[in-house]
Amino acid sequence: MKKTLLSAAIGAAVLGISSAASAATLDDVKAKGFVQCGVNTGLAGFAQPDASGAWKGFDVDYCRAVAAAIFGDADKVKYTPTTAQSRFTALQSGEVDILARNTTWTISRDTALGFNFRYVNYYDGQGFMVPKSLNVKSALELSGAAVCVQSGTTTELNLADYFRTNNLQYNPVVFEKLEEVNAAYQAGRCDVYTTDQSGLYATRLALSNPDEHVILPEIISKEPLAPAVRQGDDKWLDVVTWVGYALVQAEEFGITSANVDEMKNSTNPDIKRFLGTEADTKIGTDLGLTNEWAYNVVKGVGNYGEVFERNIGQGSPLKIARGLNALWSKGGLQFAPPVR
Amino acid sequence: MSDNTLSYVRADMLGAEPPPISNKSVAGWLQTNLLATPKDVVLTIIALAVLAFTLPGIINWLFIQASWVGSDRSVCATIAQGGIQPDGWKGACWAFVQDRFQQFIFGRYPIDERWRVILVGLMLIVLLVPLLIPKLPHKTINAVLLFVVFPIVAFVLLRGGDFVGLQRVDTPLWGGMMVTLILSFVGIAVSFPFGILLALGRRSNMPIVKMFCVIFIEVIRGVPLVMVLFMANVMLPLFLPVGWTIDNFLRAVVGVALFASAYMAEVIRGGLQAIPKGQAEGADSLGLSYWQKTRLIILPQAIKVVIPGIVNTFIGLFKDTSLVSIIGMFDLLNIIRLNFADTTWITPMTPLTGLVFAGFVFWIFCFGMSRYSAFMERHLDTGHKR
Repeated sequence: MKKTLLSAAIGAAVLGISSAASAATLDDVKAKGFVQCGVNTGLAGFAQPDASGAWKGFDVDYCRAVAAAIFGDADKVKYTPTTAQSRFTALQSGEVDILARNTTWTISRDTALGFNFRYVNYYDGQGFMVPKSLNVKSALELSGAAVCVQSGTTTELNLADYFRTNNLQYNPVVFEKLEEVNAAYQAGRCDVYTTDQSGLYATRLALSNPDEHVILPEIISKEPLAPAVRQGDDKWLDVVTWVGYALVQAEEFGITSANVDEMKNSTNPDIKRFLGTEADTKIGTDLGLTNEWAYNVVKGVGNYGEVFERNIGQGSPLKIARGLNALWSKGGLQFAPPVR
Repeated sequence: MSDNTLSYVRADMLGAEPPPISNKSVAGWLQTNLLATPKDVVLTIIALAVLAFTLPGIINWLFIQASWVGSDRSVCATIAQGGIQPDGWKGACWAFVQDRFQQFIFGRYPIDERWRVILVGLMLIVLLVPLLIPKLPHKTINAVLLFVVFPIVAFVLLRGGDFVGLQRVDTPLWGGMMVTLILSFVGIAVSFPFGILLALGRRSNMPIVKMFCVIFIEVIRGVPLVMVLFMANVMLPLFLPVGWTIDNFLRAVVGVALFASAYMAEVIRGGLQAIPKGQAEGADSLGLSYWQKTRLIILPQAIKVVIPGIVNTFIGLFKDTSLVSIIGMFDLLNIIRLNFADTTWITPMTPLTGLVFAGFVFWIFCFGMSRYSAFMERHLDTGHKR
């Protein structure tokens, strides 16, 4: 009782009260009518407000897909921009329902920080970029190089590990802000630039002579970027995970936002189950959603391939190749368990 | 009548001397200001050389080569970078600023609702300008309207909500110039009265009041603003019951206001120290109460002395608002920086242009404040000049 009074007293004193983040996030989200999504404060292609101020990007589309699955309307999302430091607190304190902020899934985040990850929406890895003029073909030839890197990131630690394991010498040139790292590399203060591969593509766009730089083939770390939710809410984790798998599955079926209405008439039982047109299907309702959930996801944001190409792939200035993020049937790692 | 023509006394007036050469012509001005001594000559040549080396490049970059219109990065990128400019091109990307100008002002405030921000801005101008012009009457009403009524009206208008029939716009959507101005306005409006009270409290004879003021000032001044904001953002949610959150923007406003108050208190205390004790004793001998004495005799003199210090604090506060980026809010500088990573506009020239623009806007505001303070000093100068 005392605690209730205290909460009420504090509640009266504060603005912008979010509903209590109990164990049943899905019910809370349905009750308040929108998904509160933690995104990056600005990362090319992943989360970025456009000219009208609407958030756009790969991670943002994931939040929109979750909203589409729950409400049938991809716009029922509110975004909380989070910095690298504030992201985990925001999720722990219940300020956000999902953290879709290019966050690497690691064991300590899964266990010690009390989060759950399951569906990896982007497989990233740390890479190197060098000027072509250095004539370097492999990262193993980089002994003695000056390496530009952002401080306080896993990138910096991976770099140290990689050079130590391979008995290579290097001089780290460390900056706090990404722009500073870019400027230093551009000005030739270091020979090598290292960050996640997705970031290297964005950096190349900001260079004055992009064609004179190459991205080396070595990937020195595994960075599976996965949306995170709080531990101890399996139902919500199921929803968030299966929305991701629905995106991948839709691509595998060849269902796009353009043809999803036609596909509803398909006679393929797999597709009928997926889109909820099969009689007596309970797939959607068992998730706590409607049976149209997957249809709404594809209708709202498209399939995984569409989301990828639109934000970071060939349809965007970044032009990142699918690579590891191709479907499993095309040599990539994107694999959805069967929807049945 | 004696003919007292004294040969050593002039009979006619002296002709006017030519004016000193320094006041006479351009050449004279040049001679006194730039070429008076050999050292001056050398310094002038060096300065001219520096200007000759840098100025053409700057003007070229800012205006001549600059790209003025366009809707995406191609107008600011060279062919090698995937744009339309010739290779080796370097120029400001004003098209970027133009394209994102609305966002720089309003942040992510919904487009259809932006008239509310504009209305609040107009109200601010209408209330603030008459208050700043000493000649105009009704200062008390004006001040009450500006510092009591206006913030409430502005908050209701900006935030909206069902009870006023306006769409609710939560603070995470606020951004840009609007956030910079709101934070500065609240910081200035709160810190000035609070600073006076804290300064008086610190000089008070009442031990508890004095102790409270000293502790407040020393604690707040002893930690960096970044840390106050960071604690409010990262630590506070962990102490609150699960699910309760305090609006991010409110945290920033409170943090900035507390911070500015502590600094203001010390500036004003400097002014209070500067008033000779005789003034207070004179007031006492007239039978004025403590508050009458403070309000009528001490404060008007004290504040006049420390106008430069007060404005210094205001200018510092205005620029400190950029630190709210640490809690995921986007003031003018940070919304501009946010756009650097936008794939629509990402080019080598975008960050430079954005920063030049941000610097220019900040400069306009700070220079304005500085000029106004100089004007007030002259206006209030009633015989203390040394």
